[in-house]
Amino acid sequence: MATLARLQARSTFLVHQYYFRNSAVDVFRKKEYDAAVKIQSWFRGCQIRAYLRYLHRVATVIQKCWRGYLGRQHYQLIVKLEFCTMKMNLYNAMAVRIQKRWRGYRIRKYCFNYFYLKEYLKAVSETNDAIRYCYQGFAILDELCDHTAWRLKRKNTTLFPVYSMLNTSSHQMCGFSMPGNLRHQEALEEFAEMKEREEKKADLEREEKKRDYQARKMHYLLSTKQIPGIYNSPFRKDPDPWELRLQKAKPLISQRPKVKQKRDVNISNQLACTSARSLPQSEILPPIDRKQCQGPFRDITEVLEQRYKPLEPTLWMAEPINELKMAREELRKQEWMRNINDNMFLPFSSYHKNKKYIPLMHSSSKYGPNSYGSQHFRDENPKKWICDKDFQTVLPSFDLFSKYGKLYSKAGQII
Amino acid sequence: MSLLRPLLLDVVPTIQQTAALALGRLANYNGDLAEAVVKGDILPQLVYSLAEQNRFYKKAAAFVLRAVGKHSPQLAQAIVDCGALDTLVICLEDFDPGVKEAAAWALGYIARHNAELSQAVVDAGAVPLLVLCIQEPEIALKRIAASALSDISKHSPELAQTVVDVGAIAHLAQMILNPDSKLKRQVLSALSQIAKHSVDLAEMVVEAEIFPVVLTCLKDKDDYVKKNASTLIREIAKHTPELSQLIVNTGGVAAVTDCIGSCKGNIRLPGIMMLGYVAAHSENLAMAVIVSKAVPQLSVCLSEEPEDHIKAAAAWALGQIGRHTPEHARAVAVTNTLPVLLSLYMSTESSEDLQTKSKKAIKSILQKCTYLPALEPFLYDAPPNILKHVVGQFSKVLPYDSKARRLFVTSGGLKKVQEIKAGPGSLLQEYINSINSCYPEEIVRYYSPGYSDALLQRVDSYQPLAN
Repeated sequence: MATLARLQARSTFLVHQYYFRNSAVDVFRKKEYDAAVKIQSWFRGCQIRAYLRYLHRVATVIQKCWRGYLGRQHYQLIVKLEFCTMKMNLYNAMAVRIQKRWRGYRIRKYCFNYFYLKEYLKAVSETNDAIRYCYQGFAILDELCDHTAWRLKRKNTTLFPVYSMLNTSSHQMCGFSMPGNLRHQEALEEFAEMKEREEKKADLEREEKKRDYQARKMHYLLSTKQIPGIYNSPFRKDPDPWELRLQKAKPLISQRPKVKQKRDVNISNQLACTSARSLPQSEILPPIDRKQCQGPFRDITEVLEQRYKPLEPTLWMAEPINELKMAREELRKQEWMRNINDNMFLPFSSYHKNKKYIPLMHSSSKYGPNSYGSQHFRDENPKKWICDKDFQTVLPSFDLFSKYGKLYSKAGQII
Repeated sequence: MSLLRPLLLDVVPTIQQTAALALGRLANYNGDLAEAVVKGDILPQLVYSLAEQNRFYKKAAAFVLRAVGKHSPQLAQAIVDCGALDTLVICLEDFDPGVKEAAAWALGYIARHNAELSQAVVDAGAVPLLVLCIQEPEIALKRIAASALSDISKHSPELAQTVVDVGAIAHLAQMILNPDSKLKRQVLSALSQIAKHSVDLAEMVVEAEIFPVVLTCLKDKDDYVKKNASTLIREIAKHTPELSQLIVNTGGVAAVTDCIGSCKGNIRLPGIMMLGYVAAHSENLAMAVIVSKAVPQLSVCLSEEPEDHIKAAAAWALGQIGRHTPEHARAVAVTNTLPVLLSLYMSTESSEDLQTKSKKAIKSILQKCTYLPALEPFLYDAPPNILKHVVGQFSKVLPYDSKARRLFVTSGGLKKVQEIKAGPGSLLQEYINSINSCYPEEIVRYYSPGYSDALLQRVDSYQPLAN
């Protein structure tokens, strides 16, 4: 019982202790709980991390292998490409070398040969010198032409870039001197000789003329019968050639300057010309007293009359041939000048004649009256005509009596 | 006229002949008198009696026809309409050379005017007879026949072909060697009229082996022979490069150059044109022309000739020579012709033609010229459109040549270039910039205008450091 009392006395303390201890434990409970949780979470974390590490390692290995595989493939591709490129570059470089050499060779040999050009120009200037200075020696010139042509032919090339197609041109150019060569040379030599001869002749002639002129000036030095001249010395066997020249020479007369007479344009002279008196009128001089020549000669006055008879044209000649037409034209012009009104005066009876004339069907064509049958009646050929004018209807005059009594001869005259 | 006409019908033959002679002299003097002769209906009478009378009358009648036909195409047409051609052709067959000469002369004068009249003469069958006349021994007849052939063939290629078909070229070519100078004139003129129409005809003339004989004619004493010979060579050279090559190979260029040097005035003109044509075909031919020393001769022509058309031809020829490559341009520039060309272009007295040609020549030479001493004078007095090209050439040469750069500076060229005012962005400005870029900046600034003023301004505005 005592213990009970003691326990009952301690019961409230127990309750309080019990409550206090529970609550005190509660305080720590959270803490311990948290701690336990923490430890456990940490441990679990470690576990999981280890597991993750393991997984990482495995994944890394797989990825490593796979990437290596891919990379190696890629690398092989690159290497292949590089190799191909390197090969192509090498080929290109070699091809460039070959082409370089070939192009240079081709241009130099076939298209433009610089040295050939130089030689050609030299040949041209040599030919030019030949033309310029060897005027007499045409043969040399011809040779040089040949030489140029031969040089052109020898190269067997076409000439210049522009004419690279014209292989035949060199042949054409050589052709000019080949066939007619000899003829050329001969002709040119002949020509040179002819020229020389001409020049010599001209020189000689000039000399002759000069000597002749001198001889004419010195004609007074000619020897006479009494006095021998300078060139005819008595101590000589035969006279000097100048003597003979002097004998042949005419004395030189100083020339008076010729005054050109201007024909005076006198109107009266002109009128005299156009009149009937167109032949010279000379006054008949009084005859010298001399015997009449024997024979059936006419009287001198008659002869002189006939000789100086002025022109007496017949009427036909004197007037122009179409004078009638011209006179009509003249009259017409005068009337036209005088008339006030140009219209013809029509009679009143034709005032109402205003019907149009209908021609026959036979004489008209589709487009109007046919001109054959009314305008022309013949077949004409204009190409055969000598000139394009029609015949003039002119009545010829007959000059039966125009010369009556005017003839010189006495034939047919009534004596 | 009314008095002379009836005399033609006179009984006495001497009177007829004298009347015809009188008519001929009248018609010869003046065109109006010739018209009066035609209007007087004298021609049919003459033509009719030409066929029957003796040779003196024929000569006189042919003289009348010639005298009438020479004045104008209408009068010649009147003669053709009278049917004179047939009778003249019959006269060409006569024995007497005087008659043939008169008939050939008349035909030549008729054919001279235009192509239809020439065709009428050819249709009358005159050409073979003329070629026969050429072969006769009388020189006067040969001359006249050659001149008639020349007049016929000058109008058109067909007429020239007709003349060639009869075989005229061979005979004409043989007569080049004849010493008579008037004959040579006519023969060369006939050959050049034939050769001018087409390449084939020119080749046929060349095949007759006239080269190098024609070159001797270039040295003849007679001026007109020289002129006609150089005309012939020109007509041949202008067609194709091969023909020009042929002429160069035979030394034709040197002969023509000498010929140009020895005569004056219009005689020179065909020779100058021939050089231009040869040089125009290709650069190698132009080089051959240069090698033959033609350029100094041409520049002499350019400066001393008084007439504008000859100067224009010389300028054109120089332009053709110098336009191919820098070598050619240098050869032309060295002879100091460029300032002459420039002065001709700028002078107001030169004709339009001369100005255009000299401008073209300057432009074409300048575009290839790299010879700087010749270009420098241009910087000073050229007009702006030419200055552009000059500066362009400088800008092409200076970047690569140090000596030239130095020379350019010392001769004052750089200074002049700075003074040129050019619109920004224009071609001239680009060229100026490229020239400036060849030099260090200080030098460019030194020579730019107004640099001394700029320096002085800097002096004014400079504050010395206060110690």
